[in-house]
Amino acid sequence: MNKIKSLDDLRQLREGMQAKIKLRESGDNAENIVRIKVAMSTCGIASGAKEIMTYLMDELEQHSIEAVVSQTGCMGYCFAEPTIEVTLPGKDPIVFGDVDKYRAAEIIEKYIIHNELVDGILPANYRTIDN
Amino acid sequence: MKSIALHILDLVQNSARAKASKVFISISEDPVAGSYQLKIQDDGEGMKEEILQKATNPFYTSRTTRRIGMGLPLVKLNAERTGGSFKLQSEPGKGTSMEADFACNHPDRLPLGEIDDVLVLLAVGLPQLRLVYEHKTPGGTYCFDTEVIREITGNIQESSLEIRRFLKEMIAENLKDINAES
Repeated sequence: MNKIKSLDDLRQLREGMQAKIKLRESGDNAENIVRIKVAMSTCGIASGAKEIMTYLMDELEQHSIEAVVSQTGCMGYCFAEPTIEVTLPGKDPIVFGDVDKYRAAEIIEKYIIHNELVDGILPANYRTIDN
Repeated sequence: MKSIALHILDLVQNSARAKASKVFISISEDPVAGSYQLKIQDDGEGMKEEILQKATNPFYTSRTTRRIGMGLPLVKLNAERTGGSFKLQSEPGKGTSMEADFACNHPDRLPLGEIDDVLVLLAVGLPQLRLVYEHKTPGGTYCFDTEVIREITGNIQESSLEIRRFLKEMIAENLKDINAES
């Protein structure tokens, strides 16, 4: 039987990675980070927000995109869950609704990497002429 | 909700919104005695008596973005339909604690679900929160504490896929070792 992973193994893993992490930190600049918030409330969780959040974190890392994925509450779009809010550096946040894995892949590929808009944007923070 | 793990993910968001700095989650199961208890305690803002009375009403919520709140009512429903019980206690300024008793072997008892995934997501997504998860079975006890993990890894939010995968595997293997019910 294999040995069960323990905190000591974690320490070893972490030490082995030290060099890699330092490299990342030095290349770190806050303005270039993509910020994604996943709506993680009862409605979001029940419609699969957990899978989406895991998927986003894994995919972004595989594409080597500097991103911070965090959790937020319900934004009132329960009918369109799971929803995610994507803020590209220097841009206004955009909220996407009905995000499944295929749509998440599309958002990364088209919006985050190539800056093209994709369908399914929720008008969460649009502006009118008078403000 | 499809599993107890998802309920945990949901309820911890309540604690985070109540400005808790520490959340203690425990599951104690005993298939022979037929008991399965989920407890969540936080040190957040707490609730006044009148709000506490309304908390399990699905048409009450403290949010302003919508007018229904299903988190707690769903846990209560899921516990009660196995013949179990649900208790909620709170004191303003001290925190809130919740206890849901399920009948372990009842066909309607929710499965534990992907708790490894949920704990890692919470550790990454709520970096300000200390999360302690304790799982007790007749085969032993496993405890996962984000403070201990963060001491080793630093900020998990900035850490890599490798560490997240490792944590998931560590939790899953340890729970398997104490024969946790799925």
